[in-house]
Amino acid sequence: MSLRRANAWGASQACASALLVGFLLVPVAALVLTLRWADFLDGLRHPLLLPALRLSLLTTGTSLALVVVLGSLLAWRIARNPGRVSRWMEAITQLPAVIPPAVAGVGLLLAFGRRGLFGGWLAAHGIAPAFTTPAVVMAEAFVSAPFFVQAAIAAFRRVDENLLVVARTLGASPFRTFLRVGLPLAGPGLVAGAAMSWARSLGEFGATLLFAGNLTGRTQTLPLAVYTAMESDLRAAQALSLVMVAVAFALLFVLRRMAPGAALPAPEARGA
Amino acid sequence: MLEVRVARRLGALDLAIELSLDRETVLVAGPNGAGKSTLLRLLLGVLRPDAGRVAVDGAVLFDGDAAIDVPAEERRLAYLPQDYALFPHLDVLGNATFGLSALDRRERVRRATGWLERLGAGHLLDRSPSALSGGERQRVALARALVRTPRALLLDEPFASLDPIARRQLRASLSGWLREWRLPALIVSHDPADAELADRIAVVEDGRVVQQGTSSELRRAPASAFVAELTGTAAAVPEPVP
Repeated sequence: MSLRRANAWGASQACASALLVGFLLVPVAALVLTLRWADFLDGLRHPLLLPALRLSLLTTGTSLALVVVLGSLLAWRIARNPGRVSRWMEAITQLPAVIPPAVAGVGLLLAFGRRGLFGGWLAAHGIAPAFTTPAVVMAEAFVSAPFFVQAAIAAFRRVDENLLVVARTLGASPFRTFLRVGLPLAGPGLVAGAAMSWARSLGEFGATLLFAGNLTGRTQTLPLAVYTAMESDLRAAQALSLVMVAVAFALLFVLRRMAPGAALPAPEARGA
Repeated sequence: MLEVRVARRLGALDLAIELSLDRETVLVAGPNGAGKSTLLRLLLGVLRPDAGRVAVDGAVLFDGDAAIDVPAEERRLAYLPQDYALFPHLDVLGNATFGLSALDRRERVRRATGWLERLGAGHLLDRSPSALSGGERQRVALARALVRTPRALLLDEPFASLDPIARRQLRASLSGWLREWRLPALIVSHDPADAELADRIAVVEDGRVVQQGTSSELRRAPASAFVAELTGTAAAVPEPVP
């Protein structure tokens, strides 16, 4: 009886695994398998591709840099100063992860658009971000920041407090302690967070469409180019999609290589 | 000379401690939660006293009345936490030179290797901390602290994470070194055997020093059940009536 139960349990795990893994793999496989080589090469010559690729790399690179620099400082502060303020700041940074991207786009427009909360003030200083390339960066930073910040907080919390105290007694200022002890020890976690955050902003669609629009060469990133191409030419959309998959895989591979997390010793094995 | 008068409330702990150390070793003993580690954090400058004064060799590190609070990195106090806290991302030499960033590279390496050799860890330079034994870690951590010619030495449970044999060996080595360096040294411990390192013992309970003296003075007239336990005279003190 118990043996039969064990078998049934094993079989359900196998079925569930096969079903879900298959479901997740099939669309990616379909992208590759249903495209003839000649069509793919045609798709690569599509006039939307190059501007969109360039814009995507430029904007996601910029938003990643912003998120990593500001996010690291914020995460360090939250990790090292437990308290009500930190808990609130942590909760707020998680908000964009649960807001639908289209809603984020509306929010960004209502905040920074021409008629938005800060729109008038910004316009008075000659800044009108909506429907420009900076708007794309803002949308991407907004939706991707939670992924980096959450990972960074977790990584910084794992750094042993005693190491930081010792660093201070050895003459390191708080900033140098962050630089020489906090950052290197949290490194693998930070890179993993940056990779997740970057992947999220590369795929960003809804907030960008609503806040930045879909202007070739200025606000049309790869996902928007796929959407636009779909309307006229499925093959081109498919080729663009494959380029995105390739770019994503390549960058994630590089980031993983940069963070040999497993090769790093655990934060100091305790005791003898 | 290390002069300490600090007060701090922290959760349930109400700490008010006065201690004065010449060039001698004082063991701060006490039960868990008595405030021993908090005392170290107050001295190091990573936790701010509510009031009081801390001075070493005439230099004021903290003075609540005069609003003096020297930052931790400028106090020149050597600190050895219980697990020695070697930086896991640096090798032994990297650990030992960490506190010498003001010097050029050759001088840094010269001083660090000098101290590592004196403490019998000169052969470990390129090792990772994770590949060291507990005793080796303690030697490296001591060298790392001493290259900065500290004004006083603060050790938190220096032998707690060692096996009994290493503990005995290192206690003997440390005892010799402490006599040689003649620095004010504060050793926090709950192990009665560590008393042999110390010139004096200060017993802390509930954030207060309840008794101070040499270990024979404490044995002669233990002021509390804990002191009696610590000095091995527990049987001489009547059990408290429940």
